[in-house]
Amino acid sequence: MNSITKLSKDSLTEPMIIMESVDKYYGAFHALKNVNLMVKQGEKLVICGPSGSGKSTLIRCINYLEDFASGKIVVDGIALTKGASIDAIRCEVGMVFQQFNLFPHMTVLQNCMLAPMKVRKMTSGQAEKVARSYLERVRISDQMHKYPAQLSGGQQQRVAIARALCMDPKVMLFDEPTSALDPEMVKEVLDTMISLANDGRTMICVTHEMGFARAVADRVIFMANGEIIEEAPPETFFTAPKNERTRTFLGQILGH
Amino acid sequence: MVQTLGFNQILILLEAFRWTLALAAIAFVCGAVGGLGIALIRTSVFGVLRRAAATFIIVFQGTPLLMQLFVIYYGLPLLNVTVNAWIAVAIGLTLHASAYLGEIWRSTIMAMPKGQEEAAKALGLKYWDRTVYIVLPQALRMALPSTVGFLVQLIKGTSLAAIIGFTELTRAGQIVSNATYQPLIVFSLVGALYFALCWPLSHFSFNLEKRFANAR
Ligand SMILES: Nc1ncnc2c1ncn2[C@@H]1O[C@H](COP(=O)(O)OP(=O)(O)OP(=O)(O)O)[C@@H](O)[C@H]1O
Ligand SMILES: [Mg+2]
Repeated sequence: MNSITKLSKDSLTEPMIIMESVDKYYGAFHALKNVNLMVKQGEKLVICGPSGSGKSTLIRCINYLEDFASGKIVVDGIALTKGASIDAIRCEVGMVFQQFNLFPHMTVLQNCMLAPMKVRKMTSGQAEKVARSYLERVRISDQMHKYPAQLSGGQQQRVAIARALCMDPKVMLFDEPTSALDPEMVKEVLDTMISLANDGRTMICVTHEMGFARAVADRVIFMANGEIIEEAPPETFFTAPKNERTRTFLGQILGH
Repeated sequence: MVQTLGFNQILILLEAFRWTLALAAIAFVCGAVGGLGIALIRTSVFGVLRRAAATFIIVFQGTPLLMQLFVIYYGLPLLNVTVNAWIAVAIGLTLHASAYLGEIWRSTIMAMPKGQEEAAKALGLKYWDRTVYIVLPQALRMALPSTVGFLVQLIKGTSLAAIIGFTELTRAGQIVSNATYQPLIVFSLVGALYFALCWPLSHFSFNLEKRFANAR
């Protein structure tokens, strides 16, 4: 489009994600209650909170894996409404799941090449080049002709990260990316994510890995019962939480 | 005049066996196309179409195949559509196969882990790309044992065409048996031909199932 909108879109002050009064129900259950959230371009946001508090629901609304009842979500200047805007937003928002969700009938390389070819309309040569570079980046290029089932959990999750990166999204969403992993594999995935954080990409990460939060987060938000209860920079959040529920929660996860 | 059972009679049976093969092949291929459509409609977001497809399946699974063939053979002429026995049977078996394959494939599509479709959506893949590259390759592979199992049923089902007078293997067996007065030998031969076709398929299906079970 014209250069003015382009400029304002790219300027650092423009929020990458805006959620305004978002409400979400599962049947009669009120899963998100009047959620307001603004994420700046390049910001690293960590979301934590007890099980069932709506963390997954919140980030799944951002790429419309879940619809919402009311409110407004704008991603990279695109308002999320039914129809074409969903496709446009999904191109710009990558997601990494707790259960990896790699395509089991495709090799690692094919997993990474599919969306760039079908969505970005790259040739297979271009897509392979991109895929190889990101697989290199997550240090797994030596396994790229294997099938997901032949890899360890940590390796699969790194492939899933590479697969999302191959679309060159402006935002990366992570939904508890390390909680399905054996303890010895958590570090390799967290290290990969920490290295990504230096790229300037906007990242939203649901995690209880407090070391990760301290290392990369610009801001931590705490959710309970479908609401954002508290938000603060990681140092403040961990050392001086204001809310009683935040303190209880932190006591539970840091206590042992 | 009573014929003796000889080379010519066996040739008649083999000739007719080709029609059994052709009928099964046509019904399976056309039924696969129809079944794929049914399965995709049944898993789609379009409620009205979904219910229509469900009704189709209920009707074809809930009535005997022979009745279906009768209705098509005697019913289409009432609509001023003239059909010979061959066309009527081919249509009947195709609809029958569409209903069964549609139901088999619907169930494996629905059994796919939700995360697969979600990951595909999150990557920006649209419905057809998700269906062609993610859903169907996995769902059809999972359905392979039961699909081959159904093919065996379909092959045996073609024998009902004999009743409305189409000369496939079973009908040819009746003709030869009437001419030679050797029903036992003739129908043993007929049975052996069906068996030679169906048993390897059943065995293949069984092995696939075992292999998939082990892979899990
Ligand atoms: N598909 C669904 N249908 C009905 N209720 C749902 C559905 N998905 C989630 N919920 C409910 O919504 C609430 C929020 O779920 P959500 O998955 O967002 O929580 P979470 O904070 O991610 O929890 P966890 O830490 O266990 O992943 C929970 O109470 C959950 O039971
Ligand atoms: Mg969750």
